[in-house]
Amino acid sequence: MLLLILLSVALMTMDHRTSYIHTIRSGIAVVVYPLQYAVNLPAELIGWASNTFVSRDELQKQNAELRTQNTLLKAQLQKLTFIEAENIHLRELLQSSRRAGERILIAELLAVDLDPYRKQIVIDKGSNHDDLYVGQPLIDAQGVMGKLTHVTPFSSTAQLITDPNHAVPVQVNRNGLRAVAIGTGEDSVELRHLPNNADIQRGDLLVSSGLGCVYPAGYPVATVTDVTTNPSLPFAEIIAEPVARLQRSREVLLVWPALANLPEMENPCEAHKRREEK
Amino acid sequence: MKSATQRGGGVILLSFVVALALTIMPLPGTLEALRPEWVIMVLVYWVMALPQRIGVGIAWILGLLLDVVRDALLGQYAIALALIAFIVINLHQRMRVFPIWQQALALALLVILQYILVFWIKGMTGELPSFWKMLLPAVSTLVFWTPVYLVLRQIRRRYQLS
Repeated sequence: MLLLILLSVALMTMDHRTSYIHTIRSGIAVVVYPLQYAVNLPAELIGWASNTFVSRDELQKQNAELRTQNTLLKAQLQKLTFIEAENIHLRELLQSSRRAGERILIAELLAVDLDPYRKQIVIDKGSNHDDLYVGQPLIDAQGVMGKLTHVTPFSSTAQLITDPNHAVPVQVNRNGLRAVAIGTGEDSVELRHLPNNADIQRGDLLVSSGLGCVYPAGYPVATVTDVTTNPSLPFAEIIAEPVARLQRSREVLLVWPALANLPEMENPCEAHKRREEK
Repeated sequence: MKSATQRGGGVILLSFVVALALTIMPLPGTLEALRPEWVIMVLVYWVMALPQRIGVGIAWILGLLLDVVRDALLGQYAIALALIAFIVINLHQRMRVFPIWQQALALALLVILQYILVFWIKGMTGELPSFWKMLLPAVSTLVFWTPVYLVLRQIRRRYQLS
């Protein structure tokens, strides 16, 4: 008993402080993967059934809807290609860094529940599928969802932006005010340490600022829902609701952020990564 | 004699697998906080019934699996389950003759003990969940103990595990 207690304490310390324990966790994760797969199966079956037994009318309606949406999106995209080219051109004129395109992989959620006191999800892609890495950003069609915390051969775990241990550097889209959005453990994030007179109001869109070197800049994170200023407190209380549909998305996108290639100066994100690896 | 003590390992293993599966089964939001501790229930039953076979070591391995399944810090549930198994082994003769509601109460206390340990470890590593939320599973475990106990006893008699 004493031996086991010592062993557990050693394991916990190592897991908390270092990353050596990672191989053990991956090993055990491979053993429990069939279990996760089995638990996910009913959800998968229901999805399959509702796809298979759908009426022709409904499909046609959906098809028409998607086609209109597609046309609209394509029209917007035409403009976007032009603007992107123009942007690159202008940046070249200014001789500043160019933002290259980001690589993206689609993953699906596994319908399993984890520790009920943290906001986490499991996805069906692991190190066997692609070169996923710990800390990789995860988005859905609407906005930023979170980042990977554990990568195992067949599945990975991600921390959502609403997790109390999670923080994402953001800026207000309207005026570029920078802040850090910290998860509350409920379905919202809060902006801490913004003074009472900060220029922020309800409805402001917060986008990732790219400062933490984890999330690429410019993805929508949350919209401000509540700003409480109390003169007796040093900071304003600002609550924002994530833009991503954290509870409802079934498909998520894994992003490989393209690090800005600064020609002469050393790239801060690269330097940060190298330090992390050491 | 030897064959009698080795028999039925598969059934016990299967019950643990089912308990782990129920632990990660998705539940609607409000019910999630009330999820009973299936693994503790099954573990306590087997330790109580067959203390010479299911001991602290198996509990510890089970806890390690639970850690990975829940993506918790590796070892926190392991230490909790090993401690629970240790207590139940020491008290199994007394617990066996308890009426079922009294067993359920003892079990709820064990669940609370687990949460105190987990709470403590989480506090040390810097993630503090709300304590009162942690007490809800103890209540649901209390409620679910009777059916789980009856089902597992039926299984044990059916396969004559001893």
